[in-house]
Amino acid sequence: MATPLDNSSRLVFSPLHRLQWEESQRKYVILYPEGMVELNLPAAEILKLCDGTRTLDVIVVELEQTFETSGLRDDILEMIESALENGWIRILS
Amino acid sequence: MAGSESYPSGTPRWLLAELTYSCPLQCPYCSNPIDYADHTHELSTDEWRRVFTEARAMGAVQLGLSGGEPLIRKDLPALVEHARELGYYTNLISSGYGLTEEKIVELKMAGLDHIQISIQAPEKTLNNYLAGTDSYEQKKTAAQLIKQHGYPMVLCVVIHRHNIHLMHEILEMAVELGADYLELANTQYYGWAHLNRDALLPTREQFETAEAIAQEYKEKLRGRMKIYYVVPDYYEDRPKACMNGWGTTFLTIAPDGMALPCHEARILPGLNCPNVRQMSLRDIWETSEAFNRFRNFDWMEEPCRTCPEKSKDFGGCRCQAYLLTGDMNATDPVCSLSPQRDKVEQAINEALTASLDPAEPLIFRNSRNSKTLSKPTD
Repeated sequence: MATPLDNSSRLVFSPLHRLQWEESQRKYVILYPEGMVELNLPAAEILKLCDGTRTLDVIVVELEQTFETSGLRDDILEMIESALENGWIRILS
Repeated sequence: MAGSESYPSGTPRWLLAELTYSCPLQCPYCSNPIDYADHTHELSTDEWRRVFTEARAMGAVQLGLSGGEPLIRKDLPALVEHARELGYYTNLISSGYGLTEEKIVELKMAGLDHIQISIQAPEKTLNNYLAGTDSYEQKKTAAQLIKQHGYPMVLCVVIHRHNIHLMHEILEMAVELGADYLELANTQYYGWAHLNRDALLPTREQFETAEAIAQEYKEKLRGRMKIYYVVPDYYEDRPKACMNGWGTTFLTIAPDGMALPCHEARILPGLNCPNVRQMSLRDIWETSEAFNRFRNFDWMEEPCRTCPEKSKDFGGCRCQAYLLTGDMNATDPVCSLSPQRDKVEQAINEALTASLDPAEPLIFRNSRNSKTLSKPTD
């Protein structure tokens, strides 16, 4: 975690993990060696936007538009920080 | 209140496909059955494809391709390709021996997600002795190639009396090889490990020293390498929640098509495990006697039956109960509440006595020993 997270950080999903919709569970899951994490819908929506092109700011704006609401920044930031800590996403330097 | 707690009901999430019992290595702690050499009629490529398809339709998402040594199966890339098309996360669980760059690339193209390899010890002589095969350099090269080709890598080291004093060196080796995950697997005493228990089981003091070193590295390497520490259950006072509960999560298919609720279960007498050649996976999972045998809590004896922790550990491991007490319905004797906990203490003491004799021989896992040992005894 050498690069610090800021508003213009571009985020990308880890090549060592896979994000996938599981029809039998009706859930998004993260798959990694011998393990799986089930995601709730908001978490999955955030992680899907971590594609290496969007910054934290853009992700917040897009999700607030999608869900027609405001004030999501803190929740999104919390999820992003936890995803970074778990190695699910990375900051592109 | 017995029976009022809910038992987790579920569909298989984890499919472990033991593609073959053949292996170029001879590790004396192998979890394959002692009589593996008697089970030679391996499933065909099409039969494995059908198994993968059926399990995926039921909700399985993690697929372990294991053995023996799965690289021995010539159809491995074809099986990986089929599994990946179905949406599995595919894990190759290999010794790393025979894993050439050509195969690493071929499997990547087929869609393989992850490779786990094992190294027996962090130095050549001991590794080659324990593996029964000159394999150390090849395994290290394989580890480097796995990382070069962009796979996540799990390095697995099975821990026992012959290498536990090298915990520090094991951790340094994992760092040097760039492992993303290090599985420090204290030997579980089933199969060949059970046979060699007196020569493998470390003392409590050795465990505690090694665990402290592993914990120290866990902190130090946070964010760089994840360490999975498989606890040595003989030194615990509660049993593990084996298989996350019988028939809830895990489905193992042995090389000959036998379907097992855990990969050791074929040792349990009278369990009559079904075979995928005769039954669909759905019937096996839902209706077969074997998969229902230890579901729920009705089969339990005391002290499990009325224990408030029964929905947490499900009475522990059935195979361990059988191996240590001769009764597969008994409380796992690892539990300090088990009336047969003395069986575990006895095993610890026997190993301690044996450790005083440095010549205590290891029985290596190979077909000759398998055939000799699988003659029925009482």
